[in-house]
Amino acid sequence: MLKKKRKDRDYPLTPRTFGEPLLYLLPFLLIISIFMIYPIVTIFSSAFFENYDYLKGTFTGYGLDNFRQIFADPTFLASLRNTFFYVVTVVPISTALSLLIAVLLNQKIHFQAFFQFAYFLPMVTALIAVGVVWKWMYHYDYGIINFFLSCFGVEPVHWLEDPNVAPIALTIYGIWNKLPFTIILFLSGLQTIDEQYYTAARVDGAKSGLIFRRITLPMLSPTIALVMIINVINTSKVFNEVFALFNGKPGPAYSLYTMVFYIYENFYNRWNVSIACAAAIVLFLIVFALTLLQMGVQRRWDYR
Amino acid sequence: MKRKASRVAIYALLIIGALTMLLPFYWMIISAFKTPEQIAQMPPLWFPTSFRLDNFEYAMTYAAFGRYIFNSLLVTVCNMVCTMIITILAAFAFSRLSFPGRDVIFSIFLGFMMVPFELVAITNYGTIVQMGGLDSYAALIFPYTANVLYVYILRNFFLGIPNSLYHAARIDGASNFKYLTRIMIPVAKPALVTIALLNGIDTWNSFLWPMLIVNDPNMRTVTIGLTSFVQDAGIRYERLMAAACIVVLPMIVLFLFARKYIITAMARGGIKG
Repeated sequence: MLKKKRKDRDYPLTPRTFGEPLLYLLPFLLIISIFMIYPIVTIFSSAFFENYDYLKGTFTGYGLDNFRQIFADPTFLASLRNTFFYVVTVVPISTALSLLIAVLLNQKIHFQAFFQFAYFLPMVTALIAVGVVWKWMYHYDYGIINFFLSCFGVEPVHWLEDPNVAPIALTIYGIWNKLPFTIILFLSGLQTIDEQYYTAARVDGAKSGLIFRRITLPMLSPTIALVMIINVINTSKVFNEVFALFNGKPGPAYSLYTMVFYIYENFYNRWNVSIACAAAIVLFLIVFALTLLQMGVQRRWDYR
Repeated sequence: MKRKASRVAIYALLIIGALTMLLPFYWMIISAFKTPEQIAQMPPLWFPTSFRLDNFEYAMTYAAFGRYIFNSLLVTVCNMVCTMIITILAAFAFSRLSFPGRDVIFSIFLGFMMVPFELVAITNYGTIVQMGGLDSYAALIFPYTANVLYVYILRNFFLGIPNSLYHAARIDGASNFKYLTRIMIPVAKPALVTIALLNGIDTWNSFLWPMLIVNDPNMRTVTIGLTSFVQDAGIRYERLMAAACIVVLPMIVLFLFARKYIITAMARGGIKG
């Protein structure tokens, strides 16, 4: 450690030592202090303010009032439930589908360019715009989804108007737009598996199902864990999807609040800033816990 | 024979999957060409009868999508330039310059990556209001130009460039800045392309932040323009789909041309982001 330091150091320790690096770091530090460090500090403090007035900056004292309020608020509890439902449906299903597609794409197949284009395109297109397209596909009278269902003799479904069905509509759209990213991570995971294992298994006459279960799956399991955690983090912030599908409202009859939608609504439409901050902190704590988990998994993965 | 059957099954599965993924895009594009009568036709019309541009024209003139595209392009390009400059300078300081506590400070910054954007947006909105920056390009461009993930990607790349190169350049009398611009930046091109793509796609598609900042119709970006068009155009889906095309097509074209770079960029940015 000491030796390394001596080798790297080009200057003696004088005020100049800090001068030049500081010059390079100045724009970065400036932006990040104003728009990252300052907000973090204020959010954490204003969540504990009582009777906070956002515009005047006044408050009467500190306390856990805001947290007590949100956990007594049925809307917040509903937003937790809805977000939870979204996460536990989208993540496992998109992971399973992505794994299947990634394994197939990893074979020596033709038309790679076409398949890559098709499977990865949703990654670059705006959630909000594609959400409007999905809204059109879910249309009760003229949407193609109800049309496909009618081909199989299924009655048309009120995808976006029925509060019982709307979460499913949101989940289907969510799975579709999580697939590309998940497939990409699996593909890069698959490419790190040494070809020798497969050759050896085939020489021994193993069937492809067995190869998948005994080689691919165990070798890929750190990637699977990692991908699932990343996706849980991302899906728990679901907002744009809801906004697009339900025309800027949290679902039919306000039934589909998600955590971020709750934060947005309280902050932007109702000016309950300290409530929004408290909810944001709950979201942050969830993400924080998951990120620690992710780092733990990643560390184990890196040292393999 | 059995091998052949399994090959057919693989292709069949992949093609069905690919078509499902592409269906929304195909449906968006052909719907945008339809007339109000055709859009309400059941069973649906799978191919456009003509490439009529009325819906696009309507979106461009009535909803001023021309202006929105200009705004989005301006914001995306300026944001990218600023982000690149800030990222390059910071990554250089964190990888090549030495100052006490460098790596500790950097790992604290890494911790910021787990702070959700939605959390800081609440305060940042207030900051912008106090600065009088609502409805300004500056508010759309600057707040998110310092990205820890990008600095992390570039710093890792810089660390991979051999030290001997640096010392040789320094002995030849090159200043740090000269070394950065003449040697580091050209060598780090792949990482820079990755960052530019991730950042460009992100900015073009961004929604929550512009929605908070923009009230003036003249300042709308394409995504904001689209959502307000949804409020105005309501149930005229052929027009909505034309507007959605305008938002999405530039990214589809970009993806057609830069597919390999984008996929690499996404894989690289994904693990950490």
